[in-house]
Amino acid sequence: MCLSIPAEVIEVNGDMARVSIGGTIYDASLQLVENIKPGDYILLHTGFAIEKLDREEALSTLELFRELDELERPPDPDQQ
Amino acid sequence: MKGPVMHITDTIIMEDRILLGHGSGGRQMHELIRDYFLKYFGNEHSQSMGDSAILPAISGKIAMTTDSFVVDPVFFPGGDIGKLAVCGTVNDLAVAGAEPKYLTAGFIIEEGFPVSDLVKILKSMRKEADLAGIKIVAGDTKVVDKGKCDKIFINTAGVGYVDEKYASLTSGSLVAPGDVVILNGNLADHGMAIMAARSALNFRSSIESDCSSLNGIIKLLLSVTRGIKFMRDPTRGGLASVLCEVSSGRNWGIEVEEEKIPVSPETRGLCEMLGFDPVYVANEGKFLMIIEKDEADIALRTLKDHPMGVNAAAIGRVTPGHPGRVLMQTAIGGKRILDMLAGEQLPRIC
Amino acid sequence: MKYVDEFRDKSAVRDLISRIGASSTKRVSFMEVCGGHTMAIQKSGIPSLLPENITLKSGPGCPVCVSSRGFIDQAVALSRIPGVIIATFGDLIRVPGSYTTLEKAKAEGSRVEIVYSILDALKIAEKYPDRKIIFLGIGFETTAPSTAAGILMARSGGLKNFFVLSSHKVMPPAMRALVEEGINIDGFIGPGHVSTITGSAIYEELPRLYRLGCVISGFEPVDILQSIYMLVMQAEKNEPKVEIQYKRAVKPEGNRKALDMLDQVFELCDDWWRGLGILKSSGLRLKNEFADFDAGLHFHVEVPDIREDARCLCGDVLKGRITPDECSLFGKSCNPVNPVGACMVSNEGACHAYYRYHYHGR
Repeated sequence: MCLSIPAEVIEVNGDMARVSIGGTIYDASLQLVENIKPGDYILLHTGFAIEKLDREEALSTLELFRELDELERPPDPDQQ
Repeated sequence: MKGPVMHITDTIIMEDRILLGHGSGGRQMHELIRDYFLKYFGNEHSQSMGDSAILPAISGKIAMTTDSFVVDPVFFPGGDIGKLAVCGTVNDLAVAGAEPKYLTAGFIIEEGFPVSDLVKILKSMRKEADLAGIKIVAGDTKVVDKGKCDKIFINTAGVGYVDEKYASLTSGSLVAPGDVVILNGNLADHGMAIMAARSALNFRSSIESDCSSLNGIIKLLLSVTRGIKFMRDPTRGGLASVLCEVSSGRNWGIEVEEEKIPVSPETRGLCEMLGFDPVYVANEGKFLMIIEKDEADIALRTLKDHPMGVNAAAIGRVTPGHPGRVLMQTAIGGKRILDMLAGEQLPRIC
Repeated sequence: MKYVDEFRDKSAVRDLISRIGASSTKRVSFMEVCGGHTMAIQKSGIPSLLPENITLKSGPGCPVCVSSRGFIDQAVALSRIPGVIIATFGDLIRVPGSYTTLEKAKAEGSRVEIVYSILDALKIAEKYPDRKIIFLGIGFETTAPSTAAGILMARSGGLKNFFVLSSHKVMPPAMRALVEEGINIDGFIGPGHVSTITGSAIYEELPRLYRLGCVISGFEPVDILQSIYMLVMQAEKNEPKVEIQYKRAVKPEGNRKALDMLDQVFELCDDWWRGLGILKSSGLRLKNEFADFDAGLHFHVEVPDIREDARCLCGDVLKGRITPDECSLFGKSCNPVNPVGACMVSNEGACHAYYRYHYHGR
């Protein structure tokens, strides 16, 4: 049961947040998470934010490839 | 108008609801037809209120289609059931290469339906019919008990004439490997606009239905290229169903590239949220064509210059391999079979 | 950072594919236990990109698939009580019980509403105070906290017409059962969103007791391929361990707040899994304190004996013993229109995903 997608927090009202999924607006419950602010991205599952997405970790996951890539072979023109 | 007529009209406006009496065949119905249906649909062919519309002879082959419209909600972003009824009928004619001429509309209305809403629907039908250049020449109204239908249903028939040279457009019998598959714009807007408009799911979106009449753009295309071999509007069942239908049983297959299929970010977002695949979602202002490779560029340029084809794209090609099947090259370069949808897509969480 | 397109990047995918190809020498198979992974893998065509020595198997991770026929039978029986509205996630309505589906019950006059969230079900309950709303609680640790939150909201809001029929389950007993049944795999692609709630500690016994690795994975193509790469490296070095690939959403300790809410409302019970049978402490039932909201206790319905189709091999599919097309019913009497087994019903069921997306003729 895994359909959870990233949503951007537009505004927070108590334990509800208005979030945007590519422009579609939904009022999500924040009851399962803490310290959510506008601009954060949350993981939305059945109307509930179940986690705040960690930007640093996301970047470092992506960064991992680039670094390995640069070490191991010349830059790929497609990646520019 | 004289007293009694005014009286009944006033009653309608005061109560503002369609009543069983409006479908009774008596005076109330007569007034309804005259004051609303004829008022908005009226033209030289429908004024007589006879049992049949008498129409001039048509030259060429006749294209004829019928469709029923039961959309819920009746009014949705980008259109309403009336506009949809006209567009849907016009498009079924247009993709067959026909020039839409005449339309009939039968209404089944649930008792208690607001007259003001009916008026909005009739106005919208007239407006769209004028845009598409089709005449509404006959109509019928039935009113059913509360709960026997959902607000309002419309059944239409459409007639057009079609040049002999377009006879194979519907079946795609001339399609051959090498041909190019072109779509005139963003996929899945209609289905997702309807989904978002259903209040029970509590979303707000600015996605608008793509509901529009395609006969203008198709006529233009047919005038600039003779290479079109197949056309179909991917309504219910979406793009995937049309691709599967046309390739089924053939000695060629189709390969489409997921990356090239245009979908707006907002529609994509809502699709992902509900677990929908845009290739199965309904469209009401899109058509898919298969065209000779050498003609694809001019067709694409013509489409892109037209307001209804700004996002047009060549999304795939006809292949000699995997006959009878549709293959999708996924956005990451993988391959998978594109099959017809078994049932309606439902919001899923798993 | 939008957290989506970045993880669908074609060059990153190409890079990972070549990296996997270059480092993988052993014949290995990995099992994804989350149906969302099954779906994502099939939809993106990952099997067609992997080297031939790597096989992916689908595990029991679809909560719809593992729900018992008895649960559907009970939901159907409840739906026939006058004044009851069943609120359910979309996938459940086509799941076959012993005799019928909720979809057919709806066609016969039962009121069945498809909701996106338990929040929608609560709204229905508020709107129709004279009706009784029964929410069908399905799903693993990812979803159960939201059901818990919904029940707490119903209690604080004084809603007397809102009930839950729980078929919520927890994942670890199923993974353990699969391993103990002796399935032949070299590691798990761990369920990302379950782990968002639970954290990674629940998998530690896999390498310790069974020498199996587990990489907790996200759901985008880059995530899944990176996880496969990590599992390949574990297998090559023969160093099984628990790793988190999906670090942007999974912390080792999980989501404490959600787990607390889960514990407040639910307790573990033995539960029946389609294909696996009864597993100890694998289900979640409402605690006594919340008995007023338990549809199973509040309503008394006659449910006929469970009937199974003996030819259906969903159990073996769920265990990863066979691929869907090895079942004699697959694509014939069992298809997405008329599913026999639950694996064909849900979009993310192994058979449904296989039916829809698989491509043999590479």
